[in-house]
Amino acid sequence: MKPTDIKNPEYFHKVVDCQYACPAHTPVPEYIRLILHEQFTEAYMINWVSNVFPGILGRVCDRPCEPACRRDRVEDKPVAICRLKRVAADNREDVSALLPKAPEKKNGKKIALIGGGPASLTVARDLSLLGYELDLFDDQPRAGGFIRSQIPSFRLPEKVLNEEIDCILEMGGITRHFNTYVSSLKEILDKDYDAVFVGSGAPRGRDLPNLPGREEGDKFIHVGIDWLAAVVFDHVEKVGKRVLVLGGGNTAMDCCRTARRMGGEDVKVVVRSPRSEMKASEWEIEDALHEDIPILENLTPLEFIIEDDRLTGMSFEKVTPVYDEQGKRKLVPTGEEPVILECDEVLLAIGQQNAFPFIEPESNIAFNDYGLPELDPVTLQSSVPNVFFGGDSAFGPGNIIIAVAHGHEAAISIDLLCRGEDLHNRPEPEVTLAGQKLGFHDWLYDSHVTEDARQLVPMVDKAKSLRDRLVEVELGFAQQSGKVEAKRCLNCDVQTVFDGGLCIECDACVDACPTSCINFIDNAEEEELRQRLLVPATNKEQSLYVSDILSTGRVMVKDEDVCLHCGICAERCPTAAWEMVKYVYKSAKAGDR
Amino acid sequence: MSYVRPTFRHPDSQKNKLGYSRKAYEGAISTLCAGCGHDSIVSSIITAFFEMSIEPHKVVKLSGIGCSSKTPAYFLGRSHGFNSVHGRMPSVATGANMANKDLVYLGVSGDGDTASIGMGQFAHVVRRNLNMIYVVMNNGCYGLTKGQDSATADKGSKSRKGAPVSFESIDLCELAILMGADFVGRGFSGDKKQLLPMLKAAISHKGMAFVDVISPCVTFNNAPTSTKSYSWVRDHMEATSTFDFIPMQQEILTEYDHGSSIPVPLHDGSIITLHKREDKEVITNKKDAIASLEEAKVKDHILTGILYLKPDSEDFHDINQTTDTPLSQLTEKELCPGNEVLQAFNESLR
Repeated sequence: MKPTDIKNPEYFHKVVDCQYACPAHTPVPEYIRLILHEQFTEAYMINWVSNVFPGILGRVCDRPCEPACRRDRVEDKPVAICRLKRVAADNREDVSALLPKAPEKKNGKKIALIGGGPASLTVARDLSLLGYELDLFDDQPRAGGFIRSQIPSFRLPEKVLNEEIDCILEMGGITRHFNTYVSSLKEILDKDYDAVFVGSGAPRGRDLPNLPGREEGDKFIHVGIDWLAAVVFDHVEKVGKRVLVLGGGNTAMDCCRTARRMGGEDVKVVVRSPRSEMKASEWEIEDALHEDIPILENLTPLEFIIEDDRLTGMSFEKVTPVYDEQGKRKLVPTGEEPVILECDEVLLAIGQQNAFPFIEPESNIAFNDYGLPELDPVTLQSSVPNVFFGGDSAFGPGNIIIAVAHGHEAAISIDLLCRGEDLHNRPEPEVTLAGQKLGFHDWLYDSHVTEDARQLVPMVDKAKSLRDRLVEVELGFAQQSGKVEAKRCLNCDVQTVFDGGLCIECDACVDACPTSCINFIDNAEEEELRQRLLVPATNKEQSLYVSDILSTGRVMVKDEDVCLHCGICAERCPTAAWEMVKYVYKSAKAGDR
Repeated sequence: MSYVRPTFRHPDSQKNKLGYSRKAYEGAISTLCAGCGHDSIVSSIITAFFEMSIEPHKVVKLSGIGCSSKTPAYFLGRSHGFNSVHGRMPSVATGANMANKDLVYLGVSGDGDTASIGMGQFAHVVRRNLNMIYVVMNNGCYGLTKGQDSATADKGSKSRKGAPVSFESIDLCELAILMGADFVGRGFSGDKKQLLPMLKAAISHKGMAFVDVISPCVTFNNAPTSTKSYSWVRDHMEATSTFDFIPMQQEILTEYDHGSSIPVPLHDGSIITLHKREDKEVITNKKDAIASLEEAKVKDHILTGILYLKPDSEDFHDINQTTDTPLSQLTEKELCPGNEVLQAFNESLR
């Protein structure tokens, strides 16, 4: 293998698994250390810069960082990164003085934002700080988009939502046009904006229009996302006692749990596929089960049963999953009698679709076969150079943190466009390296690896939370358990940096490394090298760190997979050939040059 | 400072035949200087016992005084241990071995502990052929008292302070062969590929298995001018012959090409396969073994590998015809069989 180029910022970026997995690349270990030292406000601000909505995401983020967490590979549970973010948000002091304000003097550029969800709000924040003037359009009375209309208050209290959204709206330079449905993109385009950002989400819930009984039972059958929005805006006040929720995603979990709080006593979730293949996050499934909601698997809907103009139940066909050689799944009927489940109402949470009724053909936005706009995946620019897309409206339904990441990228693109520069000539990330050596065996970071298990988060009493949909279920970590959890972080951003020129090949690091990551062996191609290590490196998603040829003709090969970043290699190195270097990677922002 | 190692190990690390992971054979974190050769020997000892699936509670580790003699704290944390008086490890090992011959005895000593203060004990434990593994972690200096030259420092070698050694050095391997050890090897802490099979063979050997391991002292004796430094040893190492160790449990599938390799069966059924050098077959012949050590010295080479091996060795218990049952397991009934037996015995001597 060729020696690893550690000068390329992407190499060490990839070692920080959580940050790498996060679409917005929030510097996770950096803020977790601040939480450990009770610097909650600083931890909050790092988050705010990177992901804009720390309090919101600290509750309802999809957490792509957690399955990526190294701790998950070392023991069995990842660090509770999301809940730690909430610890920072819950314990922060007043940050209003720390938040930047938009400059008084505007730069003369005007941008329209269609949709007031997380993607648009991120664009608004990033660009208002640079002196842009922004017009934010949304058909709802308040900003937030799906964060507001679809996420129930028992997971995300309105107060948290309003606080973080309002601080963006009040930054200056943002004009709100709420209760304003944009019915024509062309009209907006004709209005002389320098750029337009479309963040209109994926607003159409899938239905089952052709299923027998759908039309007759319409009064009792609701599309999940519309129903959730109706609950939020008080258009729906209660639900029948027996409710079936169709679908296995997070919307289904929100629907069934909301139903439990709106009068549903016998609420069941029905999924077509095996439960193990449900799309919903593990913790949301757990929460639903905790609220006495059974999940019935391998049932495909056959019919809505209507008696005397009332919905009385649904019938389902039992299926079993069959996988072909490519692992593709087919649901094959078992041939058993249909299963009939009685119910008073049905909520359909079987997916969302994009819809752009406001984009006329004359606006020249090109769409692909999936009904999604043709976009440059990096710049998010559409076929009309000054129109950009982000969030769910760009590539189909995703999640909040993806929308935030899109917002940042679109803001960079819009800024480059307005400055007349090449959109692909994007600003570089900001990378800082800081040696962690303090004394002979002392480090600036807390290198000790604790054995504490993932902390449990306290919850509100079930009976109490089921009575009121506004009561937040999760209470969040107390400071003490938050610190214990924070200490579980392995500091993956404190990198092991090897200097072959100093190495005397004494093997001290090999002998001391608790997880047998370090090897001094003859070089070979990657495939062979992976097999020959002390413990073969089978996790191919993780890099091998390979040195130049050393004086004995061998190379140092470190498998990054389960390195604990404990610093013991560096402590036991007599020549400081190993160094512990804190590597902070901050994604580029709009306005960076 | 890390006083403890993190407890996590590689999730894919293997278990041995007993179902133990390597961790079960580890000890506390080393407090020796960073980069000390001793740590590599410790690691090889851990690996050897782990891979040979020897139960940790069946091992006794003994040592004297010195940097080397601290190391039993860093391996086999669940074995029996005895940290004895300076240079007196062999006496304690002899006593323990007499009491319970069923355990594996691993003595760890240094060049000061063996070649100076413990020289007398060393010579006698070797000539008694006590069934033990005797490892010397040899760095040519007194590391614990700031690096004075030891008795194994080669004449003319210069340590960090720059003054050449003025006395002749003691070659512990040559001495061990002369004193009657039937397994004598020399390794280098920086070459685990050779050291590990050698330690395993030493564990399998019955009788005194003496292994001298050159182990650079990074703090006081690692100047390039020192004959015990990493760089000097690497440049001047010469192996008697490369070899494989095939433990007894493993099915022997290797076809021996008698032109190039010789199988040497050990007492417990394990086999060492020597990949013969072209010139001669030295290691089973005492005279040749000593001659090749001397020849290497003339060429400024350090001869490593198994230097001398006599597989059918008689150990101290054989020589003394002790009982098969370890003494520690004999009860009063066996030890004091009563007046009748005594009378009969006395009668037999009349």
